[in-house]
Amino acid sequence: MATRDEIADAIAGMAIFADLARPQLMGVASRFEEAFFPKDARVLRQGLTGSGFYVILDGEADVVADGQKRATLARGDFFGEVSVLLGEPPIADVVATRPLRCVVLGGPAVEGFLVDHPRVMYRMLQASARRLRGANQRAAASQ
Amino acid sequence: MVDERPFPPGEYPVVVVGSGPGALQTSYFLSRYGIDHATISADPSAGGMFRKWPFFQRLLSWTKPYAAGADRQSRAFQRWDWNSLLAREPELRGLQAEFMDGTSDFPSRPEMEANLAAFAERAGVQVRYGCTWESTRREETADGDRFTLVTSDGEYRCRFAIFAVGVSEPYSPATPGIELAVHYADTRDAPSYAGHRLFIIGKQNSGFELATGLLQWASRISLSSPSPAKTSIETHSLVGVRARYVQPFEDSILGGGVDILSASTKGIERTPAGGFLVKLERSDNAMPMTLEADEVIAATGFTCPLRDLPALGVATFGQSKLPAQTDFWESATVPGIFFAGTITQGAAGLKKHGIPPNSGALHGYRYNARVLVDHLAETYFGAVHERPAIAEGDVRDHLLAEATRAPELWHQKAFLASVVSLDGSAGIRNEGIVPLTRFLDAGDGDAIAMTVESDGTTIFPVVYVRRGGRQEEHALEPDPLNDFEGPTYRRALGQILDRAVPGASAA
Repeated sequence: MATRDEIADAIAGMAIFADLARPQLMGVASRFEEAFFPKDARVLRQGLTGSGFYVILDGEADVVADGQKRATLARGDFFGEVSVLLGEPPIADVVATRPLRCVVLGGPAVEGFLVDHPRVMYRMLQASARRLRGANQRAAASQ
Repeated sequence: MVDERPFPPGEYPVVVVGSGPGALQTSYFLSRYGIDHATISADPSAGGMFRKWPFFQRLLSWTKPYAAGADRQSRAFQRWDWNSLLAREPELRGLQAEFMDGTSDFPSRPEMEANLAAFAERAGVQVRYGCTWESTRREETADGDRFTLVTSDGEYRCRFAIFAVGVSEPYSPATPGIELAVHYADTRDAPSYAGHRLFIIGKQNSGFELATGLLQWASRISLSSPSPAKTSIETHSLVGVRARYVQPFEDSILGGGVDILSASTKGIERTPAGGFLVKLERSDNAMPMTLEADEVIAATGFTCPLRDLPALGVATFGQSKLPAQTDFWESATVPGIFFAGTITQGAAGLKKHGIPPNSGALHGYRYNARVLVDHLAETYFGAVHERPAIAEGDVRDHLLAEATRAPELWHQKAFLASVVSLDGSAGIRNEGIVPLTRFLDAGDGDAIAMTVESDGTTIFPVVYVRRGGRQEEHALEPDPLNDFEGPTYRRALGQILDRAVPGASAA
């Protein structure tokens, strides 16, 4: 890994980028940067400002809030967007459980990117809606 | 007496590969700890990339000889001197200012090369030049791995290998017809471009350096890459085109014979007239466009010449094929292999607000080298750092002075931290400069870390407090003069510290 062509190939099949044609995928590949995290590395830190928006190319990570594992993330999953959109520190750690390759966009660049790519924003909104539905269902089941 | 061919092949605890500033700085600190090591380089002399580049012979990194009261031996001066290597001996510090002719605060390339050669000579940094690292073997032993570096002079066996080989291998994308382009590394003398139409692939500093230098020679210059170019003034960091190279922007905006395009280069073809037809795809509407040029230059960057290290298991990432690294610049996947110099940009730290540290530049990686050697010396070679005691009532002013003046914090924002430990038995101790991720992820015991950070708009100090296993982050306000030692800051930091260091605000 990874030239821009290789990044564009890697993200082409992902749900969040599913509506983008090749030139737009190349644009994404040139705006995001690739990052690598060894196993056990913290990618996102609960309570720490200044994070970014990550999309997993390869590997696996756990979402850990207050020491409790909340979810497992893998290829095609994304994280960090809630913190960036709200301008608040993340409410969970994201920790690599296997060597993890991501593409990442720094927080300040996220708004401009989403405005330039409304179909990515729509896909992100869909994913957020699914997560909200899941959270509501869990809340209802626990009552 | 200088040994012209020091370090014959054999067994050494540490082998350093390279003779650019990163290797010189690393070898210097290893020597000052008395750690036996060999430094080998394929080059014929010290300087690394500064023996050849920048092509137009003037650096992007400043040295202001009369800053900090012109006390060039002071720690404070380092903040204004991006080009000198670090030294324990006062007479070896701030050497760059000695080699500047007063025409610019950006040294010329020969002035930089002279600075580095003088440091190597005066500090007694020895290098076995003309010794090319060719391949690497790893061997497992009961006492950890050993590495064998096969070179043009023979084999070097070591426990730790530190590669400071730069990001120096020309890279060109797989664009059809790219072989018709000349890479930045092979740019000719400026007058040979007189009257030519130039097409430059890439809108990073190297592309704009060429565009700036060739403005007076070329008949027209077009630069293109898929994303819009941003300047360092817009990003508030060294990410982006440096202000030294903004003239092509103005020429473009005023319609003065420079085109700055956001487009992908889809192909390069020869024309019957002997020029080139460049096929582009616009980023804004995906429409094709073409332009004719007499010369095509690929200012498309460089990769790390890591040779067979990836086959040994060294994970790399990104277009520059940087090795993935730990907090202490060790390969994240092959322990025992370390990196120094500009390659240390592969350890990006927290990259808060999307802003990386300056590890790609000398004024960043010189501190990485010092922290790396401190770490190696203490972890593996029995050295014990001095950790001076700090009186309870002095903690606040010490931290604010660090935020205001420490060159490590200013050059390596949100990456290197000045740390004070509060361990009960040892008292309050100055732990010195520590990678911030190390403090956050691997530290234990109560402690405070001070950093300087930027959110892409302003610069401000940030205090990290670790107490009873919990961590807190407190950003202080920015100051228009970047002076964080006034009463407002004493009050603000005192309130934060009072919970961790009960007497901190009593002074």
